[in-house]
Amino acid sequence: MDTNIVIALFILIIPVFNFLFLGLLGSKMSEKTAGTIGTVGLGIVALLSYITAYNYFFGYGKVDGVYLPISEGFEWLRFTEHLHIDLGILLDPISIMMLVVVSTVSFMVHLYSIGYMHGEKGFQRYFSFLSLFSFAMLGLVVATNIFQMYIFWELVGVSSYLLIGFYYTKPSAVAASKKAFIVTRFADLGFLVGILLLSYFTKTFDFAQICDTSATGAILSNNVTTTFLGFSVISWAMALIFIGGAGKSAMLPLHIWLPDAMEGPTPVSALIHAATMVVAGVFLVARLFPVYYFFTPTVLQIIGYLGAATSLFAALVACTQTDIKRVLAFSTISQIAYMLVALGVSKYGAEHEAGLGYMASMFHLFTHAFFKSLLFLAAGAIIHAVHSNEMGDMGGLRKYLPITHITFLIACLSIAGIPPFSGFFSKDEILVAAFEHDKILFVCQYLVAGLTAFYMFRLYYSIFWGKETHYHHTPHEAGLNMTIPLLFLAFLTVVTGFIPFADLITTDGKPMEIHTVWEVAIPSVLVGLVGIAIATYMYKKPTLMPDKVSNSLGGFYKATAKKFYFDELYIFVTKKIIFNGISTPIAWFDRHVVDGFMDLQATISNGVSAKIKGLQSGHVQQYVWVFAVSVFIIAGLVIFLPL
Amino acid sequence: MDISLVIGLVVDYFSKNPMAPYLIVSTIMFFAGVYGFITRHNLLAMLMSLELILNAVNINFVVFNRFLYPGQMEGMFFSIFAIGVAAAETAVGIAIIINVFRSGKKIETSEVNTMKY
Repeated sequence: MDTNIVIALFILIIPVFNFLFLGLLGSKMSEKTAGTIGTVGLGIVALLSYITAYNYFFGYGKVDGVYLPISEGFEWLRFTEHLHIDLGILLDPISIMMLVVVSTVSFMVHLYSIGYMHGEKGFQRYFSFLSLFSFAMLGLVVATNIFQMYIFWELVGVSSYLLIGFYYTKPSAVAASKKAFIVTRFADLGFLVGILLLSYFTKTFDFAQICDTSATGAILSNNVTTTFLGFSVISWAMALIFIGGAGKSAMLPLHIWLPDAMEGPTPVSALIHAATMVVAGVFLVARLFPVYYFFTPTVLQIIGYLGAATSLFAALVACTQTDIKRVLAFSTISQIAYMLVALGVSKYGAEHEAGLGYMASMFHLFTHAFFKSLLFLAAGAIIHAVHSNEMGDMGGLRKYLPITHITFLIACLSIAGIPPFSGFFSKDEILVAAFEHDKILFVCQYLVAGLTAFYMFRLYYSIFWGKETHYHHTPHEAGLNMTIPLLFLAFLTVVTGFIPFADLITTDGKPMEIHTVWEVAIPSVLVGLVGIAIATYMYKKPTLMPDKVSNSLGGFYKATAKKFYFDELYIFVTKKIIFNGISTPIAWFDRHVVDGFMDLQATISNGVSAKIKGLQSGHVQQYVWVFAVSVFIIAGLVIFLPL
Repeated sequence: MDISLVIGLVVDYFSKNPMAPYLIVSTIMFFAGVYGFITRHNLLAMLMSLELILNAVNINFVVFNRFLYPGQMEGMFFSIFAIGVAAAETAVGIAIIINVFRSGKKIETSEVNTMKY
């Protein structure tokens, strides 16, 4: 086996070993041992990821100026002659980028958790689940075929469920974990049906073969003439696959689980619900991008518009939330939708910046992972210091938490798209891509960029400036193992924008020439600055401005604060329509018809046995009489009947 | 009817059917056993009746073997097996009866009738 594949294999083995080791023997260890084992394991994984990335991008990956995918695996389950599930490792630019993102953020979160989770009941269990999640996510990104991806896809769902419900004595956490699991599982049903449809027509699960446009194109044009409701069956398959991605990535209208998922411990939110798992949907679309682009452009367009709607929706809602983690959750939804917009407007190829959207999407995924996990970890540090999630309980914290303050500010500037921070570069590429291919989406994304700057600085000022709150005990900066991850991620937030992504990650592996489009970049910075300025005006000092604005908006503000009644709508549909209209009649049928039939049988046999039980009297002589007489009768019949 | 004629017929019958006397004895034994098994209410007496039934069967085995298949021994062996099994069964039966007696001080079947519905 190739040494690079072996290294990648170790990236997967270490977390799964840690999961089993901490899960089985964790209760016998001290907190310190368990935390150290988990963190060191992930540190090694991160190191191996960097080695893999370095070797791939600056060594064996590039053949004649093109980055080629490298894969190795074995056949695991054979269904038919063509159709079999393989297990393997696929290394290509996007999977390696994801390896770096996942392992880095996971390592930082492990390190941070040692401090954050100190003294919690189930500390070892927590680390074991974190390792399980890391394994599942790393396995997802290196999957060679769509079915292997689906397996790991479900595994990340399970570990997300376990970690959201980590405080299992808290009813809200239990409800949130169930909600997350059920909603994403419901979406995954679409994913599974999509996989089966796609593999039925392409006769393969393998990404390389599915994305081989000439081969797939020949198969599809020869065989697939089936249409349903005006769309070809392949469009349906790809749309269904995207529903799975939309569930994990919290796209409208399946976003309802993500804000509730904030019930989990904050480092978990940083790892799973900000940086890694929720971008799985984006990764999925990127992985199947050639299929989307060449065979189902309509679906890709729908993805783009859905992303735009979601990003606008989530940005609006984020402006009204008061729980700092929920603001960040809606911000995450909005930013992930941004990445999908970029994919939606992307074309294929390196010439004339056609594949710019694809590259921009991956770039934004990369930078967003770092600054968003930084925001969450900083929020965790704040919650740790203040013991509250509510903005109302905070204010003027900049004096008490200097390191958190600076790192949080860097992340806010980055997400607002202010140069030279990383968010500026990636967001700018997305806007350029939208500008060149779809003007409506471009305008929408401009608006979202302004809103993003506004709500992030609303959050920033409410926490660190604003009113001088009196605290029961003076908040203080957390220990080194919590501040080092903050500083490291802040460092990444500053530098990752300068990575030449266009040379590394493109639709077809060929390096792309890009040039700055000033007429997009300058206004985007200005929009960000305007958002920041408004937030500064409204929230830097405690004023009555926010109340006045919200009052003047009236019903719209109320609807936004209620998250546009999506939760209520879901409750209405499930409780009023599905439960009353469908479940109750079915339950009646089960209780009265199905059960009734069984009860009838039981009643009959009960009655009959009551009638004949006198035969078993306990008197031996009676039995003998019956027996002897029967024998005589049977013998008589046998002898005298002419058979 | 002349008595000598009857005797002559009987002798004639027995000389034609050499197995008949043995089978008549075993039949009498068998039905005596069945009768005793039904009418006796004492468990010990019932066990004895059971032995009568078994031994009637043993006689049949031996007789059929002797007259129908004179060159073979299966019937003989089988009756020996039956005797052995009967001995074991009697031992078990008596053990049960003794225990029944210990618990209830009676071995009348009309009294020992708790094993019912």
